[in-house]
Amino acid sequence: MKIGILNVQGDVSEHFQMVRRLHQKYGVEPVNVKELKDLKDISGLIIPGGESTVIYKILGKSGMVDRIIEMAKSGMPVMGTCAGAIILSSDTGDSRVTGMNLISITIKRNAYGRQINSFIKTVDINGIGKFQAVFIRAPEIESPGRADVISSLDGSPVMVREKNILAMTFHPELTGDSRIHEYFISQVISTPS
Amino acid sequence: MVDLKSMKFGDELLKRGFAKMTKGGVVMDVTNAEQAKIAEKAGAVSVMALERVPSDIRAQGGVARMSDPLKVKEILDSVSIPVMAKVRIGHLSEASILESLGVDMLDESEVLTPADPFYHINKKLYKVPVVCGARTFPEAVRRIFEGAAMIRTKGEAGTGNIIEAVRHIRTVGDGIYILNSMTNDEMFKVAENISKSYTNLRDLTSEDLYGEGEKMPYNNVYYGMDFREISNEIFKILKEIKHLKRLPLVNFAAGGIATPADAALMMKMGMDGVFVGSGIFKSRDPQRMAEAIVDATENYEDYKLLGEISSGLEGMHGLDISEIEKLQNR
Repeated sequence: MKIGILNVQGDVSEHFQMVRRLHQKYGVEPVNVKELKDLKDISGLIIPGGESTVIYKILGKSGMVDRIIEMAKSGMPVMGTCAGAIILSSDTGDSRVTGMNLISITIKRNAYGRQINSFIKTVDINGIGKFQAVFIRAPEIESPGRADVISSLDGSPVMVREKNILAMTFHPELTGDSRIHEYFISQVISTPS
Repeated sequence: MVDLKSMKFGDELLKRGFAKMTKGGVVMDVTNAEQAKIAEKAGAVSVMALERVPSDIRAQGGVARMSDPLKVKEILDSVSIPVMAKVRIGHLSEASILESLGVDMLDESEVLTPADPFYHINKKLYKVPVVCGARTFPEAVRRIFEGAAMIRTKGEAGTGNIIEAVRHIRTVGDGIYILNSMTNDEMFKVAENISKSYTNLRDLTSEDLYGEGEKMPYNNVYYGMDFREISNEIFKILKEIKHLKRLPLVNFAAGGIATPADAALMMKMGMDGVFVGSGIFKSRDPQRMAEAIVDATENYEDYKLLGEISSGLEGMHGLDISEIEKLQNR
């Protein structure tokens, strides 16, 4: 089973390695998704962290957006982390980045401030438990819309799920703790192709 | 009680994590808010605030310092992407000032006039991440030891000439390759050699006091650390590099990138992204050049696209390296 990692900009290789680490356990294989043809055989897609304005701009030129939306609407699990969550959202309130409207969240870029305000905090995730969450110039989910909140910090959602779409404002690919990736992969495995 | 050890780890994770988010991107030199907006619109992953672009520093001479805080604030307010700023080598106070302004990453840069002839900043003391230049493998290792969160080749800034950036990528790469076949004993010797430049000041003092040949002990040679502690730390870094077969942090190219083809070459040579200084705002059509370099960095092996975006795009006038003062030696 192939898990695509959107290879546009950002910490692509960290997600790639994380999925590769889980190859033995789940029989999944990471593939870099850079152009339309790379989307062909994937059963799930991860949109990494990075700079959302850049990912948005390059993704727009790549000709992949419509196909990704189509695949997600037909049930393919998609996970977005940090900038990836912005790309998946329905409302960013920022003309520089428009989300793909795949999850009905309203999200605000750089809501916690600049890099000096970046932080690591333990959050509690439904179905996973305590998790060291790394927030880097993170966005904030202002409204979860129809999505289920599966983790919050100080009253605001940091991880949400709406059907096959999973979004979080932190970086599970940076700490070496693979539980969130396993959670996502389990979702991919249980999705009929 | 705050666990200092885990806090340190956390800081490192946040600093290196920030650098990781810039991978695959283009950091563009800007001197004002207007340029910063052009860069953001063109798809820059971050902008670098500085007083003058390197080619102007070269042409005008004089002392190049950090950018005017007023300009830095203007730039910070004008864009939503992260803002980096250049600080003079070893200038602890400029670094703290820029940090307090809210700059997201510092660049301890040879493009500015160095402030300290002996030491680079102890980057572990800052909460914001710092990127440093390197020409050689030992230089890169020393900067990592000092707490850099990202390494870039120095190249030769302000020239539009790519040869020095290529030289530095190859030189660092060859160091990593040689490390691969080393035993621990050999690696320990290398670690000691790499650490030697931290004793330059002490050697000078010894010579002043006792004449040539006499050496005073190497305790407290860099921020309270003695030579042995430094070489032990550097040995650990070497082991990590040997294991990873690459530098353990994000590695960008810089210094002389003037065209989309130059950016593509840097990526082809395994770099994680590029810094472009004079190459954009000294070209005929900065907006177009900026977009073309972003496209080239993302699609560095799509040669048809590279041909298209480079068509009719005039790069800055370049300089022959042999005719100029090299900033990289700073």
